[in-house]
Order: sequence, then structure tokens, then C-alpha cells
Amino acid sequence: MADDMLKSGNLPENPERATLEGRNKFLGFWFFLGGETVLFASLFGTYLALRNSTVDGPSSQELFGLGLVFLMTVILLTSSLTSVYAMYHMKNNDFKKMQLWLGITVVLGLAFLGLEIYEFVHYVHDYEFGYTTSAFSTAFYTLVGFHGAHVAFGLAWIISLMVRNAKRGLNLYNAPKFYVASLYWHFIDVVWVFIFTVVYLMGVVL
Amino acid sequence: MVNTNSSNQKKHFYKKKHRDQMKHQVLTFAMMIAFTIIAFGLAMADVSPMFTVPIILILAAVQVLFQLYYFMHMNEEGHQWPSVMIYSGIFAAFLTILALTTIVWW
Amino acid sequence: MSTTANQKAGFGSTLWEYLTTVDHKKIAILYLIGGLFFFLLGGLQAMLIRIQLISPDNEFISAQFYNELMTMHGTTMIFLAAMPLLFALMNAVLPLQIGARDVAFPFVNALGFWLFFFGGIFLNVSWFAGGAPDVGWTAYAPLSIFSEGHGVDYYAIGLQISGFGTLMAGINFIVTVINMRAPGMSFMRMPLFTWTSFIASVLILFAFPALTVGLFLLTFDRLFGGNFFDPEMGGNVIIWEHLFWIFGHPEVYILILPAFGVFSEIIPTFSKKRLFGYSSMVFATVLIAFLGFMVWAHHMFTVGLGPIANSIFAVATMAIAVPTGIKIFNWLFTMWGGNIRLTSPMVFALAFIPTFTIGGITGVMLASAAADFQYHDSYFVVAHFHYVIVGGVVLGIFAGLIYWWPKMFGTMLNEKLNHWFFWLFFIGFNLTFFVQHFLGLMGMPRRYWKFLPDQGLDLFNLISTIGAFFMAAGTIVFLYNVIVTQLKGEKVSGDPWDARTLEWGIPSPPPFYNFKQEPLVRGLDPLWVEKRQGNGKIQPAEPLGDIHMPNNSFAPFMLSLGLFIAAFGVVYQGSMWVLAAIGFAITAGSMLYRSMKDDLGYHIHKEDLEKEGDGSNG
Repeated sequence: MADDMLKSGNLPENPERATLEGRNKFLGFWFFLGGETVLFASLFGTYLALRNSTVDGPSSQELFGLGLVFLMTVILLTSSLTSVYAMYHMKNNDFKKMQLWLGITVVLGLAFLGLEIYEFVHYVHDYEFGYTTSAFSTAFYTLVGFHGAHVAFGLAWIISLMVRNAKRGLNLYNAPKFYVASLYWHFIDVVWVFIFTVVYLMGVVL
Repeated sequence: MVNTNSSNQKKHFYKKKHRDQMKHQVLTFAMMIAFTIIAFGLAMADVSPMFTVPIILILAAVQVLFQLYYFMHMNEEGHQWPSVMIYSGIFAAFLTILALTTIVWW
Repeated sequence: MSTTANQKAGFGSTLWEYLTTVDHKKIAILYLIGGLFFFLLGGLQAMLIRIQLISPDNEFISAQFYNELMTMHGTTMIFLAAMPLLFALMNAVLPLQIGARDVAFPFVNALGFWLFFFGGIFLNVSWFAGGAPDVGWTAYAPLSIFSEGHGVDYYAIGLQISGFGTLMAGINFIVTVINMRAPGMSFMRMPLFTWTSFIASVLILFAFPALTVGLFLLTFDRLFGGNFFDPEMGGNVIIWEHLFWIFGHPEVYILILPAFGVFSEIIPTFSKKRLFGYSSMVFATVLIAFLGFMVWAHHMFTVGLGPIANSIFAVATMAIAVPTGIKIFNWLFTMWGGNIRLTSPMVFALAFIPTFTIGGITGVMLASAAADFQYHDSYFVVAHFHYVIVGGVVLGIFAGLIYWWPKMFGTMLNEKLNHWFFWLFFIGFNLTFFVQHFLGLMGMPRRYWKFLPDQGLDLFNLISTIGAFFMAAGTIVFLYNVIVTQLKGEKVSGDPWDARTLEWGIPSPPPFYNFKQEPLVRGLDPLWVEKRQGNGKIQPAEPLGDIHMPNNSFAPFMLSLGLFIAAFGVVYQGSMWVLAAIGFAITAGSMLYRSMKDDLGYHIHKEDLEKEGDGSNG
């Protein structure tokens, strides 16, 4: 039985939930995401409470440029779709294509992260908007930075999965791992949807 | 040979099913991009915030439901417990945000 | 790792076994040792506090040391004693009660313990590094922001690390209950202890992230110049209070629900009756959890949130008395007409009911927002929460430990000493805390280093301190009992209490694979069903076959150790960043090792199983 776990090819319909370990991972990770919802809610709540506490520093209207944020949004949304494609090929038991689409996801994620770093550097240098400038700046960098840290962790996770399994293909042991990583990636996107709406768009409007 | 035949059929059936699902996913993606464009457009247009803010929040909520139900497959069977926990999380999240936006004693 | 090897293990190999174990029964013992250690530490701190308050204007300890003591007493007892002791019971019993061979995530389970352990140790290192935190266990901002030294840094990061562990333990138990139940063990056949632990784990999942964020904000403010709670920079101190209590109030239910579960096991067993109103008990548990999320602001009535918010939270708080009352009556009706045996766990249960009811009644008093302005921050509050936490949680933990001690160790604690422990502790507890109600109503504020003479506070404070000594004496009796019992090592049968649930149908202590064959559950209280309708033995649901087991791993220890080392770097910064780099590298390396290495576990073969007993309690 143990050897079957590592055999690739001829996987069942839902390989991520075909074994007890897989079903456990699947549920446990979903529940973790339920907890993450509260984690980000606490950060969003803190941000909303402090968004006007700019003291002498720049306000959200002075800072945010929507062009860059739109680009970042489209990149991250697309990366969500590409990881859906990866899972589609996983279910069709096509390992090569899955790796390819995961690779595209990683590239898009890196692009997003690069743009975010550029954005932060831009704020710090051109607006003197540092972490300690005001309560607003602290809350902004913490919320968006937490999301960025999630992106970075997700990238490291997906890359290590791809490298580790590059030579041995898909099996019942690693299918749940790939699936769970893709759930994580989607959740990152869910959080970003609220960040671009609540932080950036509302920051410009209100 | 009968066996391989039927397993081939099964494989074929699943492939087709997955392909159909994938079409939905792409459609979902298109709508998410459309919603995003509408939200950014509203924010840049000169409209009253009283109108814009609720609309973009609703658009965000719908986008998130798309992500959860289609991209994360919460619409498929075997997702009862994930739904219970995600909605419980949303409930706790809602209370948290409500409190931190209304009763922080200015 | 066969059973024969276990019996003759030397000290070194036993230590290594426990450092690497992923067996929930051994993790339970680790939690027990860790939890008892911190319980004694917290108790010692309490004794010092009570000695300081034995007479007016006492100079036994300095004001600064007093502040550190009362902070660490609360923090230690809640996070490092009560929670791990409950996890000890859950780990020892919950998988057995649902007929599982293991938990869902054995590795994560071990990781949860080691994170708790290293977090707790880190927090207590502060004693030797220039002073413990001195801002109360609630660490209200801005006091916690401007507190000097590194005490509060230790608090924030220590609790952060052990909080991660708690969250993991919670997720593990939720998935275990959902996915690992034996055939026939439907949700409505689960023992109440499993139910309450399950619901408590759900509360952990949704409550702890708020604490995680709160502690991060505190850390960022103190160590990285953040402005969340600094009013001068536009910060808002009320955010901390909200985040802390959004976590903090569900935390109270995380503690008390498993204790409710313990009593819901003990009372039917020693009344020889099934639990009265089983389904209403389950419903009440879920309802308490649900309402428990909507009451946190009753800790903040005097903050000035306004009459509307105060009213809403007051009403929601009072509503919780309803499901709790349902439980109280169900316990009473279970005993009604039962064949009651006054064993020590049952005596604990009998004492718990009135004690907890008193705590509940003062809870409703405190819930009236208008009256709370009078009670707030007085000894009345101290008396209230000690009645629910000591009178509920601590009695529950000790009752559970005595009740399940045979299952965990195969030995039986001396009943006579158990009764001595109970009476000393119970009398001491009431002496200590009952009078504090009146101290509070007389206006004595909590957390004060001294009180003045001739204000009518002298006598009750003296009584309170005397009570504390009784409690200490009781605890010493318990420890003596544990040592003597374990040294004697007299083995008992698998079912010494003539009990009802599945865990009593297997040997004590259970073999490391728990159930030789997956059990078939034929009703609520499965063992009792078999005793009445069958041959008294649990029926198997499968033929004897190979059993799949997880491999031990040293990674959980290393991963937690890495965070422990890194934490020093984060606190002291400067050149100490090297430590942080080393620590995080160890943690990341352990994570990578874990995900890179295929860990498929191993199988116990059918032939080896056949050589061992029949797997029943006989």
C-alpha cells in the first residue's frame, strides 16, 4: 500500500482526496483558511480604524496611483486562473502540463511581488511615507505587507513542490500537496480582492 | 480488454467533464476581470462616494464568491465542512470588522 | 519500535522517544508534564501574591515584583497551565473515544506541543533577563507600549509562539473528529467530551487569529517603531482591547467547554445512567460557542463604547446563561434516581455544579452594564473568574486526570489521597475566593500591591491567604499521590470504573496502535451497549490486518527550537540579529526537510499483532 502512494499514473478521479492522508490535508487546510479569514479581518479592521490617522504624513489620496494597482490586480487574478489550469491538468493526470502552468503561476506571482516592492520603495522615497510615519502608514504596511508575505511564502511553497517532484511525476502522495498549495494561492487572491477594494479604491474615493 | 475499454471510456468521460468545468472557470475569470475594471472605473470616475463604496464592496464580495465556489471548487460535492468553516470564519470576520469600524471610541 | 523494546528502554532512548514521538498518547503525557510544571509555577506566583496581601501595608515583596507576579500568574495559568492540561486530556482520550488509531495530523500534533513548550519557556526566560512583563495578563495599551525593559516583548513573542502551537492543535482535533471516527460512530453517538473538545477546537480556530494579530501589532509597536497604539502618532489603544477580547472571551469557553465534557463523562459513569438530554447537551454546547463570539465587549463596558453597544453586549452575555443552565439541569437529572458512587472524580463533579453556578450568577451580575461600572476592576471580578476557572476548569482538569489516569498510565491514583486532595483544595478554594466577592463590593481594586489598614479589608484578606495555603497543601497531596502511585506501579484492568465509553474497552495503557481491529460502534455509550446486550467486549468492524502507523520525527522539536532561538534575536536586535537568522534558518530547514522527505510511515504486520492479546480491556 505504501508503495502505491508513490506510483505515478492511473490516478483516481480526485487524487487529492483519494487517501485518508489526502482527505485530512484537504479538510485541515480549508479550516486553516477559515482561521486566516479572521486573521485578515483583524488586520482589515485595524486598518479601517486607522486609515484617517495620517498625522503629518501623506494621506491615501496623495499616495495611491491606481494604474500600478490595476496592473498588480490583473497579474494576481491571472495567476489564480493559471493555477486553476494546473489543477485541471492534475485531474487529467498530465504532470508535464501541470508543472508548466504552475511555472507560469510562479512567474506571475514573482511579478506581483516585484511590483509590490517597487510600490513600497516608491512610497518611502518619493513621499517619505515610512513604516513609522503615522498610524495610517503602520497599518497600511502591516496589512499589505502581511499579504505580501503570504505571496512570498506561497511562491516558496509552490517552487519547492515543483522542484521536489520534478523527476517523479504525480502520485497519491504529492497530489494533495499540490492541491492544497493551489488552494492557498487562491486564498491569497481572495485577500487581494479586498485589499484593492478596501485599501486602494476606497482610499482614493473616500 | 473489456476492462481496458471501460476504463478508457471512464477516462474519456472525466476528461470531457473536466473540459466543461474548465470552460466555466475561464468564464468566471472573464467576469472577475470585468468586475475589476468596473470597480476601478467607478473609483476613477467622478461619482459620489456614497454610491461608489457600496457598489465596489458588493463587486468584491461577488468576486470572492466566484473564487471560492469556482476556482476553489466549493460548489463540488465533499465541501460541506469547508463551507461550514469558511462561513463561520466570515461570521467572526464580519463581527471583528464591524466592531473595529464602529466602536473604537474616538 | 515494538512493544517489547518499549518496556526495557533505558533513559536515553526513552528521552529520545519522547522528543521525537508523534503518538497522541505520549504527546498527552508531554502536555501533562508541561502543563503541571507551569501550573505549579503559576501556583507559586499566586502564593507570593497572597502572602503579600496577608496584612495591610505589607512589605513582603516590592511593587514592581508584585506587578510581574500578577501578570505572570494570569498568563501562565491561562496559556501555559489550563490549555495544555486540557490538551493532555484531549490527546489521551479523544482519539480513543471515537475509535481512532491515531489523530489526523500526528506530526502537527507533536509540533503543537513543542511550540507551546518553547513559547512558555521563552516567556519565563524573562524572569532572568531583566524582569518579567508587568502590565497584567491583558497587556492593555498604552501601558504595554511604554512598559520599560523587555518583559512585554517576551510576553508578545512567547505567547505568539505558543499560540501557533495551540492553533495547530485545534485544527488537528477538528479534522480528527470529522475524518477518523470508527464505523458506527456517528456525530450523535460521540461522547460529550469529544463533542465539547471538538467545539472548543473550532473556537480556537476562529479566536486565536485575533490574538495572533494583536500580538503582532504589539510587537511591531514595541520593537519596530509602529504606531498602532501610540495616540501621539494617531494610534488607537482601543484596537488592542477589541482584538484581545475578541480572542479572550472565546478563550474562556475554550477552557470551560472541555471541562463540561469531562463532567458529562464522569456523572453518567458514576450514576450508572446514560447522560440526561444528550442532544440538548450537544445543542447547548454549540449555542454557547456561537454566542461566545458575540459577547467580548462586556469586558469593555467602562471604556465608553456608548449605551447601544453596551446594551447589545449585555443582552448577548446574559443569553449565555440559558444554554449553561440547560447543562446544569441535565447533570442534575442524570444523577436523579441514579445509582451514585462517590468516587473522587464524582465528588469533584458534585462540587463543580454549585461552585460553577455561583460563578455563573456573578457572571450575570457583571453582565448588567450599569452595575458593572461599580464592579469593574474590583476584587468582585477576581472572585467571579476564579469561581468559573478554578471552580470549573481546574476542578474539571483534576477530575479528568483522576478519572483517566488508569487509561493514561495503567495505574490507579490512591482514592483516599484523592479525597484528601479534594477536600483541602475545595475548602481552600472557597476560603480564598468567596470572601473576595465582599472585598470587591467594599471597593478593593484588583491588581493593587497593598491595601491600607482600618478600612475593613484586613480580616477577609487574611482569610483569603489562609485559603490559598489550603489549596497549596491539596496540590502537594496530589503530587505526592502521583509519585507514590507511579513508583508502586500497580497495574489495573482496562475498565476499573465500570465505565461506558469506547476508551474503556481496550487495555490500559492502550497499545500504541490503540485498537487492534477497528471497533464497531452500536450505539451511544458503546461499551455500555455491549455490556448490556453483548458479551461486554467491543465488536470489531474489520478482520485482523496490517496497521499503518506514522514515523517518529525530530523535526517538530527542531522547528520549535529554531523559533525559540530566533525570538531572542527579534527582542534584542542589533548584533543579536545573527541569532534571529540562525533560528529562522533552523526553522526553515526543518520545514524543508519535512516537505522534501517522503514519510509514508510503516506497517505493523498481522502476524505480529496475533502474538499480542485480544485487544480488549480484560
